[in-house]
Amino acid sequence: MSVKVSMKVNGKSASAEVEARTLLVTFIRENLRLTGTHVGCDTAQCGACTVLMNGRAIKSCSIVAMQAEGADIMTIEGVAKPDGTLHPMQQAFKENHGLQCGFCTPGMVMNALDFARSHPNPTEKEVRESLEGNLCRCTGYHNIVKSIMAGARAMGGKI
Amino acid sequence: MNAPLIGARIQRKEDYRFLTGAGQYTDDVALPRQSHAAFLRSPHAHAHIKNIKTDDAKKSAGVLAVYTGADLAAAKVGGLPCGWLITDVNGQPMKEPPYPALAQGKVRHVGERVAVVIAETAAQARDAAELIEVDYEVLPAVTDGMKAKGAAALHDIAPDNSCYVWALGDKAAVDSAFAKASHITKLEFVNNRLVPNAIEPRSANASYSRADDGYTLYVASQNPHVERLLMTAFVLGLPENKVRVVAPDVGGGFGSKIYLYPEDVVVTWASKQLNRPVKWTSDRSEAFVSDAHGRDHVTVAELALDKNGKFLAMRVKTTANLGAYLSTFASCIPTILYATLLAGQYTTPLIYCEVNAVFTNTTPVDAYRGAGRPEATYVVERLVETAARELKLDPVEIRRRNFIKAFPYQTPVALCYDTGNYEATLSAALDMADVSGFEKRKQESLNKNKLRGIGYACYIEACGIAPSNVAGSLGARAGLFEAGEIRVHPTGTVTVFTGSHSHGQGHETTFAQVVADRLGLALEAVEIVHGDTSKILFGMGTYGSRSLAVGGTAIVKALDKIVAKGRKIAAHLMEAAEADIEYDRGVFKVAGTDKQKAFGEVAFAAYVPHNYPLDKLEPGLNENAFYDPTNFTFPAGTYVCEVEVDRDTGATEIASFTAVDDFGKVINPMIVEGQVHGGLAQGIGQALTEGCRYDDSGQLVTGSLADYCIPRAGDVPSFKIDTRETPCTHNPLGVKGCGEAGAIGAPAAVMNALTDALGVKDLAMPATAQTVWRTLQRKAA
Repeated sequence: MSVKVSMKVNGKSASAEVEARTLLVTFIRENLRLTGTHVGCDTAQCGACTVLMNGRAIKSCSIVAMQAEGADIMTIEGVAKPDGTLHPMQQAFKENHGLQCGFCTPGMVMNALDFARSHPNPTEKEVRESLEGNLCRCTGYHNIVKSIMAGARAMGGKI
Repeated sequence: MNAPLIGARIQRKEDYRFLTGAGQYTDDVALPRQSHAAFLRSPHAHAHIKNIKTDDAKKSAGVLAVYTGADLAAAKVGGLPCGWLITDVNGQPMKEPPYPALAQGKVRHVGERVAVVIAETAAQARDAAELIEVDYEVLPAVTDGMKAKGAAALHDIAPDNSCYVWALGDKAAVDSAFAKASHITKLEFVNNRLVPNAIEPRSANASYSRADDGYTLYVASQNPHVERLLMTAFVLGLPENKVRVVAPDVGGGFGSKIYLYPEDVVVTWASKQLNRPVKWTSDRSEAFVSDAHGRDHVTVAELALDKNGKFLAMRVKTTANLGAYLSTFASCIPTILYATLLAGQYTTPLIYCEVNAVFTNTTPVDAYRGAGRPEATYVVERLVETAARELKLDPVEIRRRNFIKAFPYQTPVALCYDTGNYEATLSAALDMADVSGFEKRKQESLNKNKLRGIGYACYIEACGIAPSNVAGSLGARAGLFEAGEIRVHPTGTVTVFTGSHSHGQGHETTFAQVVADRLGLALEAVEIVHGDTSKILFGMGTYGSRSLAVGGTAIVKALDKIVAKGRKIAAHLMEAAEADIEYDRGVFKVAGTDKQKAFGEVAFAAYVPHNYPLDKLEPGLNENAFYDPTNFTFPAGTYVCEVEVDRDTGATEIASFTAVDDFGKVINPMIVEGQVHGGLAQGIGQALTEGCRYDDSGQLVTGSLADYCIPRAGDVPSFKIDTRETPCTHNPLGVKGCGEAGAIGAPAAVMNALTDALGVKDLAMPATAQTVWRTLQRKAA
């Protein structure tokens, strides 16, 4: 069974005919060819597929595209300014070496954006708790934690 | 003049693309007329395949083809080769059973590939795979290496399930030293089986072009040239020049992406059958049963000491579970990369190690971050700490009494350490960890009804495995050199081609720092290219912490040739003798004069050779180098771990973790620190959270990230780390390698701390809350 889905992705309207079972992440990666959102597992554990849906961080592997009908989606491709300048959270990851292979990074940044809005000056413990749903195998989290603390302060509670 | 770049904390060149979603991983590659593959995998650990019915699958929507082992056999697709021949204690070659890409009549582990479906979409391929009917005759399975002997044979050529029994050292001399020892410390333990779990799952996308009879394979690989060599020469019988292998951005490897895998072979072969690009991307559940696992040793280890705590001899007997088939480098991990490290940082004069390598009905085991060296370090450092406790010696003091202090040092287990300063890393770590304040912290923990323990690990590792001829004499079937090329463009900017592969290590930055620093150019003037056999002259790839020590040296050697040729050109341009030309940070000068030519002017002259010694010198400025190291490098360091255990729940918290490493010269401290952090987290994972469990029928019960616990942010602390620099003596950069140290030293440090906290001799990894709680209950009873 195919269905039509329409949503706003990174500020632009996007729609397609997809099979009803199509996951939001599949729609983003395959239909829209926005391949910055990654798939690292099949049990909603790793968080590499995290995007913002109506401003909230969600795992795009754990809902079907239909559930995002009419929603406002932001992926990693929509985070930097239109002129390419990095967002303060992205900049903080770069300055603090918060990434190595880069595969978990988009999910980390998207999750951090949502977290930082409500935690403009987080403690290390709060940041570590916020990363419960995002796995990284490269960094040992040390520099991701530093990045998010710095990025959150730079954001001042606003995405 | 630019500031020195070697030793500088340069932010990474690769970060912008990763931070903006512009990274290009294998699954991101979508080719015109793309098709998709799904593998049907064995649900049984051991079974005969009596019949496979593919009719319904072939008729399913979108299906282009279904292939089984019979199709590959008919097409004469060979088995996967093993890259290292181990010779056993009787001088006989190890048993090398066939490793077919798709099962041939029998399956030997859960997850083995039985058939492949190729369809228009990945979902259609998966749907159709479910329609394949396989009639299995289930056989008894064995998953425990200790029970392999006497279990149902996996392979006809190994009726006792033994691959080899191998030994290193003088057994008679070791036995004699044990007979005379005043104290013997003995431990028996399991080095737990781990699943690497790079967050990017493996992926392969192959295309074939009738226009040139050539193939292109995009694959998540740590060594694309090795992948190509193994696949073309040994499996598919294709001419190497007709196969391009590209390893684009790769999302972590940790060893698991070194190997040639059956899926890579199958999609490459199928791309020609269908004349369509064929892509397969693993899901995580498949990864758990099909990516090569790591470790899985059962060991009895003994240390003989005199009454002063001086080590007299070590005796080690290990059963290494290789899984169902020999993965690419499986055979050398529990032998060449394990037993040779058992001297550690110590002067133990006699060591004997025997390794019994067995086949079981489990996923093949191969190198995982550290590869043999974490297992060796665990043996040595658990023994040393336990011996100190038994002799009532300070664990720091017993180490100092036995440290190697003079270099070069020939160990009794074949390696010759070129340099080191173990006291330097030890004393720095003791200060940094505030070891003198431990008793006070222990009391504070007790006041909270918590147990606190401290543990040490003084590890050594051998990186940049080499030289090739010695490795060859020990059974390596590949060279272990690296290749590099420097292409200077007419305007004086530089592209560097390296056979090393970066999958998180930051080579695009570190290697550029080396080149820009050596040539005196801006960092932006240097570009690093890697991971494509059509661009790179050759490459042995990235594993064993070899990239900078071996790949970096190849680049330096090519740079030397560039400067040498540049001096000739500069001499001509300035009408001076070549012997009078000096190169100093971007400028060729005539010694003792103010005459000079910038690097860019010389490069331009090489490509626009109007005023150029064409009678003596070729135009252009492009040089290659291959570098084969004369020895391993030997990074070493001291790790100090403090744990705090909740008596009521058994939960263990890493209260602090201090690591002081000696990696030789450090090019980019920021990147090195990141490598250590990641290694430590994996080492802590092995000690506390990670471990494979199979049930009696051979099902992997820890087969998802919900069941197999890789550390989360809350499971690890912020680390206290530092480095000391004792430069490697046999490469021009003085570098040793830093990629694996954390995973090598951490498990022993954590378990030494935990056994100290609990007051027990040993407990099993992973020391989960349940394991710790049970240990406490047993102790109280």
